[in-house]
Amino acid sequence: MPYTGSFSDDLRESEQFRHRTIVALILVVLMVSAIVARLIFLQVVNHHHFTTQADQNRVTVVPLAPTRGLIFDRRGRVLAENLPSFTLELVPERVVDLDATINELGRYVDISPNNIQRFYDQLQRKRRHDSIALRSHLTETEVARFAVNQHRFPGVEINARLLRSYPYGSLAVHTIGYVGQINESEAKKVDQTNYSATSYIGKIGIEKYYETLLHGQIGYQRVETNAEGRVIAVLDNTPPKPGKNLHLTIDVELQRIAEAILGDQRGAIVAIEPATGNLLSMVSKPSYDPNLFVQGIDHATYNALNHSADHPLFNRILRGTYPPGSTIKPIIALAALEHNKINADTSVFCPGWYSLEGDNHRYRDWKRWGHGHTDMEKAIVESCDVFFYEIAYRLGIDSMHEYMTKFGFGQKTNVDISDEVSGIMPSRQWKRDARGLPWFPGETLITGIGQGFMTATPIQLARATAAIANRGALVNPRVVRAISENGEEATTINLIETTSESIQLKNSKHWKNIVDSMKAVVHSPTGTARKIGEHSPFKMAGKTGTAQVFGIKQDESYVKEDIAERLQDHALFIGFAPFDNPQIAIAVIVENGGSGSGTAAPIAYQVMHHYLTTLADYGT
Amino acid sequence: MELKEDAFRRWGEQRNESWLVRHMHLDVPLTLALIALSITGLATLFSAGNQELGLVYRQLIRVGLAFSAMLVIAQIPPDQLKRWSPWLAGLGIALLIAVEIAGDVGKGAQRWLDLGFFRFQPSEIMKLALPMLIAWYLADRKLPPSLKHLAASALFIAIPVTLIVKQPDLGTSILIASSGIFVIFLAGISWRLMLFLGAVFASCLPLVWLNMHAYQKTRVLTFLNPESDPLNSGYHIIQSKIAIGSGGFYGKGFLQGSQSHLEFLPESSTDFIFAAFAEELGLVGALLLIALYLFIVIRGLVIATQAQDTYTRLLAGSLTLTFFVYVFVNIGMVSGLLPVVGLPLPLMSYGGTSMVTIMAAFGVLMSIHTHRKMIRN
Repeated sequence: MPYTGSFSDDLRESEQFRHRTIVALILVVLMVSAIVARLIFLQVVNHHHFTTQADQNRVTVVPLAPTRGLIFDRRGRVLAENLPSFTLELVPERVVDLDATINELGRYVDISPNNIQRFYDQLQRKRRHDSIALRSHLTETEVARFAVNQHRFPGVEINARLLRSYPYGSLAVHTIGYVGQINESEAKKVDQTNYSATSYIGKIGIEKYYETLLHGQIGYQRVETNAEGRVIAVLDNTPPKPGKNLHLTIDVELQRIAEAILGDQRGAIVAIEPATGNLLSMVSKPSYDPNLFVQGIDHATYNALNHSADHPLFNRILRGTYPPGSTIKPIIALAALEHNKINADTSVFCPGWYSLEGDNHRYRDWKRWGHGHTDMEKAIVESCDVFFYEIAYRLGIDSMHEYMTKFGFGQKTNVDISDEVSGIMPSRQWKRDARGLPWFPGETLITGIGQGFMTATPIQLARATAAIANRGALVNPRVVRAISENGEEATTINLIETTSESIQLKNSKHWKNIVDSMKAVVHSPTGTARKIGEHSPFKMAGKTGTAQVFGIKQDESYVKEDIAERLQDHALFIGFAPFDNPQIAIAVIVENGGSGSGTAAPIAYQVMHHYLTTLADYGT
Repeated sequence: MELKEDAFRRWGEQRNESWLVRHMHLDVPLTLALIALSITGLATLFSAGNQELGLVYRQLIRVGLAFSAMLVIAQIPPDQLKRWSPWLAGLGIALLIAVEIAGDVGKGAQRWLDLGFFRFQPSEIMKLALPMLIAWYLADRKLPPSLKHLAASALFIAIPVTLIVKQPDLGTSILIASSGIFVIFLAGISWRLMLFLGAVFASCLPLVWLNMHAYQKTRVLTFLNPESDPLNSGYHIIQSKIAIGSGGFYGKGFLQGSQSHLEFLPESSTDFIFAAFAEELGLVGALLLIALYLFIVIRGLVIATQAQDTYTRLLAGSLTLTFFVYVFVNIGMVSGLLPVVGLPLPLMSYGGTSMVTIMAAFGVLMSIHTHRKMIRN
């Protein structure tokens, strides 16, 4: 193309430029259209989807743990409460070097080797992102000291938590029980939703039995959170419903006295109000401090408790199965009367031993030279064994089983405390099923004096005693008499069935026969428990028992000096008072205590005495 | 004589403008649009920055600086700019080399040059200097450019772009490369050659991929499938899409955007400010904003077509189209249409450096438009 000078060149270039600009503009419009299409796609077509995502982003549901119900004694004293406590907690996942961090924390907060041990014990059981308490109940000074240095401890924080606390410590611990951190198997059993904010659960005792009532209903907060998860605003709030408060039938004062009376001896005391089944006091000794378990117990302390030869963790009230010994003699006598095997005047000669026909074995009486001619009352008052061998023989095991069962032996009392056992009331059937052996006649004899296969728990004995005191009304023992919500009056409520089927006699005079005999145990000059009746301001009925300890379990080991003590007989006593208007029925067992008359009866008397002399205070 | 009449006619038009506007060398429609955009930007920043006034004040100062830069550059006649073009480009390349040797590292990239009292990115100079250089080079040659001149232009583009890619700053190098390519395109490169070069470029893409930094590769991969990595590199784009999408047709209302206020949307006041805007003002607001940008682009192209010599025509066209690339890449990235490339949204995003450069470019456009009358003399 020839050069035509700047003028036409400029014109042509200008034309060319205009053309290119239009192409560019078309491209611009196309690209803008792409963006507009994209925005319509996001903001109109998929608007709903992204709105949902935005809400999921910002709205978090935070579960709010309900406050656990309190436990009060009969007179409104707090037995279990929730105390705010500053807790130093570590999230293992976020702590780089645990040892170094704990070591360093020790400069600001008191940390004992026990705390560290407990921390590492829990570390093995928990997930990496769970926070684990290193110390609880920090003082305000410690909180302040740590707060200043908090930036140096990533993954460590102080949380104010409500911690279950048992102000009376070991008092009535086997009844109240304790809470502890929820473990995996418990987490599977509970309603996951309701427990999503809860970290503690009742492990034993009332705390376990009434877990549902005590726990309450979870609450929720819908909160708006930012990208870091920090709460910006509360959108709405469903407050948790606190658990119900429980009001017990037991009284701290009586409990304290009963525990003091039993002292350092191993054993159990169960006192019950015969008319209602209200448990007045329940002692299992030795005991322990439930507060140790709330935050998780360290290995060393737990092992010491668990492997102690005295078994402090063992709930003797509900789980201690003892041969009841002579304490069941009144009921055996009643069975014999009812079956017309004897009458009140039937006399048996006691030479100090008894033997079955065709058998040379001599079943001994506790009194080596014998009681001589013995009728029913004398047999109960002096606890003659030969008399009961004879009537046991006449009754046979199945009749005895029938009567003992009516009084609740061999079955759980269904008291409202968890983990009760049923003991054993043997029968032919039972022996076939449990041992695969036939019943031998000799076993009938020793069952008649409460030995052999038969075992009973202290609470079963107390309940049977109450039934005797009631002349047949078998009540169900209970420990919770009322519930309340915060700020409201306690309402008395029967959470469990209060009465079972009453014991009906063919001849109701037979009650008088055995109850009078039991009175004579205490108030006649020959009674085995005459010492406690001598100066008593009130009349009572009772029966002593001395149960043989057959042997030492093979897995038990203790120092030589203890053996003699541990081979001694268990001392038992059952009784009720006042005789004419029973207010308290009691069962006492002192392990290896020697004799029922020497050891158990005085303990029972003192508890009854305290209760009756201060009865007005208990407001029954 | 036709041209002369035309010029007189335009002269007549400008007679209607006030004395002040005429002597400030401002194009009124463009100025008004830029002011509207800046105000929108400040308001969005107020919301996205959680109503922190300090942030808005700091940005207001930058807006003031940027408008001043525009005003100053609008006074410089285009002839002068043309004469400075090679020198400015030379200075820019020298500074880029200086950055390579002695630059400051900021956010993992070596982009800043510290002059003691003042830190700045030499790549910003190149945003103006490169189109000026190519326009200067091609303006005095016969158009459409010959292959030789095209090759020289390509070299002029390649040198600074390579230096900037090495920093590394993918976003800026794309912008600068585009600004050079736009000049060549507007200069009238043949379609056939363009197609051929496009094919060559496409075949070189695997090579580009191999030379990319790991973070750049991740961005591209994340763009292709953001859900593959929802917590790290995909997070930005997922949250940005949620913000835009949940805005809906009318938006959640000014100051009501949960995504930006609760900090789910990262960089909500800088690169991702469009998402914050679209969340609160919805599709309606977004379309109005895009319309405003489109108006600016069209006004820039009008200025380019009305320019009276090749240099100003090419320069005005290139600067306008580059401005559009800014907007397109940013909104495309924020809405998930393009990979995440760190480019701010012009006059909306918080930050000073790029805004000053953009306004300087508009200063050049205004100078080109308002100095036309001088040609008569």
